[in-house]
Amino acid sequence: MIELDNVAYSYGGAELFSSLNLALAPGSFHFLTGPSGAGKTTLLKLCYGALIATGGQVRLFGQDARTLDRDAVALSRRKIGVVHQDCQFLDHLTVAENIALPLTVSGRSVQASDVTDLLGWVGLTQQANQLPPELSGGERQRAALARAVIMSPEVILADEPTGNVDWEMSQRLLALLVELNKMGKTVLIATHDLSLIRTAKSQVSARVLRLKDRKLQLAGADL
Amino acid sequence: MDKLQRILDLIAGDPQADRAVPPTGFTARLTFLAAAAMAFLAVFALALSLATGRLADRWSAELAKTSTLRISAPAGQMDAQTAAALSVLETTPGVAEARALDDDEQRALLAPWFGADLPIETLPVPQLIEIIEDGDGFDPTGLRARLQAEVPGAVLDDHTRWREPLVEAASRLRLLGIVSMLLIAGATAAMITLAANAALAANAQVIRVMRLVGAQDIYIARAFVRRFTLRSFLGAAGGTLLGTFAVLLLPRADAAGGFLTGLGFQGWHWLLPLTIPVLAAAVAFFATRAAALRTLQEQS
Repeated sequence: MIELDNVAYSYGGAELFSSLNLALAPGSFHFLTGPSGAGKTTLLKLCYGALIATGGQVRLFGQDARTLDRDAVALSRRKIGVVHQDCQFLDHLTVAENIALPLTVSGRSVQASDVTDLLGWVGLTQQANQLPPELSGGERQRAALARAVIMSPEVILADEPTGNVDWEMSQRLLALLVELNKMGKTVLIATHDLSLIRTAKSQVSARVLRLKDRKLQLAGADL
Repeated sequence: MDKLQRILDLIAGDPQADRAVPPTGFTARLTFLAAAAMAFLAVFALALSLATGRLADRWSAELAKTSTLRISAPAGQMDAQTAAALSVLETTPGVAEARALDDDEQRALLAPWFGADLPIETLPVPQLIEIIEDGDGFDPTGLRARLQAEVPGAVLDDHTRWREPLVEAASRLRLLGIVSMLLIAGATAAMITLAANAALAANAQVIRVMRLVGAQDIYIARAFVRRFTLRSFLGAAGGTLLGTFAVLLLPRADAAGGFLTGLGFQGWHWLLPLTIPVLAAAVAFFATRAAALRTLQEQS
């Protein structure tokens, strides 16, 4: 689905990482961890075509990301649901409209039942007509997750989804992501929250990758 | 049909797509007012262009229909040469009427320079013959040759030296009107481009989010293009209405008033201002589309 072969990325002359290999197989569950500034967000952006690798090859659904034009990248993003730490909503639209936005921009008809079902799944039925600034941190993350899955994507990429929420809410978000994985979705979560990883490993078969010293390593028993 | 459908889709719009980009009051007002002001000016430029076109045609036609024959001869031969000239003119194809001006008419012509009590009969003033041409007119070269042979003191003035500079002046004015309309269209495009760029910059976060969820450039651009096209159309419609009303209030064409009283529209030309809002919308469409696609490329 998403493959990184010998990928390097430099910014402003400084190499963030190099010789990086990763393959997200269908239905897999990965955690990406590492210290702040190691390049977790950059790696995620490479995975959804927001950045182009300065070396090596990134393949999105079999296509070399370097050869994709902006429209092709936009089409590939419809198969990738992205959850950001800061959620990135349109603050003038209601929660329901924000969740339906991927359907709207892809020209698909928005069925009220699709949005209603998702709102129920993430527990935001009561907040459907509120504006994003009126939501709490946990509610915003759940709304972002609902928006990420409304197109029924094959891959879910989450960048520090529990960064701004309390432990209870992080467990709830994790449960939603595990549920999506059990439905066959590929999940990659970038996080520095090791307790979240430990909890997840008891629920799902997850690989943990550590980005450190410009290399990607498989993390082991130290977690 | 496909293009027509796309135009209809653009007008109808997509309410959900329109909601995605929040309205920005500043650029909306700027676009509306700029389009209205430019349309107002375009109505006058159009009126000027059409009026000067009419003037050029009229001057050309009116002066082309008349000529003057001037006979300079000693007093004793003046009547004979006048009669000979009239005889030549009567048999010249293309001459509808030829008439020798009497003393009173010649005095009236000289009155502005010498006063009304000029003793014209005591002065060696040439005899003037007014020639009215018929539809096709006469051949001036042939007529001059005949007059030279039969009336040596006759000089034919077919008004060419008067007509040409006047027609040229009117044509230049018409060109000036057309250039003014092109400049107005260019200035409108520039202002709308600036407003569109401001709107795109103000909505950078909106664009980022739309891209994140899979929006293609053309989809994002369309939301801006539709908004600016409609604003320009409505602004230009208002400006055109006001401009046309102002032209309507101008004095009607009057011979005594000369050029300044004939600036309005005539006949079916009153329908031409209707094209201004459509052209303004077209200018806005292409200007915004180019600005949006360029900005989206730069932001990628």
